[in-house]
Amino acid sequence: MADLFFFLEVLIGGLLSGVLYSLVALGFVLIYKASGVFNFAQGAMVLLAGLTFVRLTQILGSEHPWDGMFVLALAITFAVMIALAFAVERVVLRPLVNQAQIIMFMATIGLTFFLEGAAQGVWGSQVHRLNLGVSELPIIIGDVLLPPLDLVAAAAAAAMVAGLAVFFSRTRIGRALRAVADDHQAALSVGIPLQSIWVVVWSVAGIVALFAGLVWGAKLGVQFSLTLVALKALPVLILGGFTSIPGAIIGGLIIGASEKLAEVFIGPLVGGAIENWFPYMLALVFLLFRPQGLFGEKIIKRV
Amino acid sequence: MTGAPLLAVNNIEVIYDHVILVLKGVSLQVPEEGIVALLGANGAGKTTTLKAVSNLLGAERGDVTKGTIEYRGERVEKLSPNELVTRGVVQVMEGRHCFGHLTVEENLMTGAYTRTDGRGAIRDDLDLVYRYFPRLQQRRTSQAGYVSGGEQQMTAIGRALMSKPKMILLDEPSMGLAPQLVEEIFEIVKRLNEEEKVSFLLAEQNTNIALKYARYGYILENGRVVMDGNAAELAANEDVKEFYLGLSGTKRKSYRDVKHYRRRKRWLS
Repeated sequence: MADLFFFLEVLIGGLLSGVLYSLVALGFVLIYKASGVFNFAQGAMVLLAGLTFVRLTQILGSEHPWDGMFVLALAITFAVMIALAFAVERVVLRPLVNQAQIIMFMATIGLTFFLEGAAQGVWGSQVHRLNLGVSELPIIIGDVLLPPLDLVAAAAAAAMVAGLAVFFSRTRIGRALRAVADDHQAALSVGIPLQSIWVVVWSVAGIVALFAGLVWGAKLGVQFSLTLVALKALPVLILGGFTSIPGAIIGGLIIGASEKLAEVFIGPLVGGAIENWFPYMLALVFLLFRPQGLFGEKIIKRV
Repeated sequence: MTGAPLLAVNNIEVIYDHVILVLKGVSLQVPEEGIVALLGANGAGKTTTLKAVSNLLGAERGDVTKGTIEYRGERVEKLSPNELVTRGVVQVMEGRHCFGHLTVEENLMTGAYTRTDGRGAIRDDLDLVYRYFPRLQQRRTSQAGYVSGGEQQMTAIGRALMSKPKMILLDEPSMGLAPQLVEEIFEIVKRLNEEEKVSFLLAEQNTNIALKYARYGYILENGRVVMDGNAAELAANEDVKEFYLGLSGTKRKSYRDVKHYRRRKRWLS
């Protein structure tokens, strides 16, 4: 019986950390869907958001989580991420319209270095503690210990994904976003302005990055290594498919759960620490057998 | 043609990628409530002319380097496609270009992106599109990528209609469709022209059907207008018959004769 609870605890812990991977993956999916650009800078955006927020709370003198200044800092960071979307569209995307995908990709690598440098240049590179006001005492159900921060993050992520799903399927802008993802030219021809669509997706991706920055910052401390979290999103994307929002979520859950289970149950047999490479191996297997991922859009081809 | 034209293209030159000269001085006019055909073989410059008007050239590294394009007397060659759609000029691209992963109805709704006159009006226009294309109503929840070619062409035209256009630039509506379906689509174009007062500038390789429905035609060759005239006159012209309608005199020609005799295009001399 104790074994079962232990298994459950590992599984749930894995699923919860998977949700956090999903959050980062979501940012990639949004931008990839709407502009076909693999945004390498997503990790840097997470860092920028986290760092800006945590430094603002210090400067504004927020004393405990969710007081007035805390909310103000959140609002300002929000605005910063949206301003970033406008700037990226104006400075990076617009001059590169119609360039090959690889060129756009290289541009986002450049953007990564710029954001990392700018964020740390402005705010400093120390590690900051971030308290979101979630108790650290584990919640105990049966014999299973659950970390409350992960639970809160998972719930908030679920709400955010639901919101995005409604946005994409029900609103005029959401529909336009999907149209652009399908066929740029046709979208232009019916009068959808690509520029403003790009600003919208980069803003949404920025907000997702802010959210990921808060949660990951609270877990690991706000520091440079937040950008590395983005690497964990890669296997998630390969598993779930680059174009699917549900794919990013399910992919994250699978990666989270499988890496923890593998670490605990297979790790000891091979000397441990397989958590770090297991997701990538899983992704490799997927690439061999199902390259579009679990939920990637099938390419519709009429013959 | 009487009165000021709805659209006037004056002597435009289009260059792709700063080096490839595609249109070498094309002029044409579309009157209010007219249907004008733009005819020519592959690579003659039909699509480029349409894209120059709708300004989709920018997305393909093309540029209007000389000449002017006037729509209702205003210069429009610097406007973005979005602004043009708002003013009532919309293009239906060659090869249909539906949004494959969106449903037919969502496709139609994207056409209303630029509209600001409220949900009710958009709803009414959706019903209007379904009246013209009853088949789309049956397929409204299917993904556009999976409906038939004819239905995709209808979706593309319907999507353009949703922007409440004054003028539709219709590029090769007959492409890849069965002759019967082509006829059906052109009938609808004619009805839209008569009942909804939409003007059409249509590019076609299918000269036969285009001259049947259009009132005026321009023939493009190598980026130049080589001939223009009323549809009936063009259809009766010996050169057009020979080179575009595949008819010559009374009897069919055998391929052996073609080898020996090729009528010289009179406009080349």
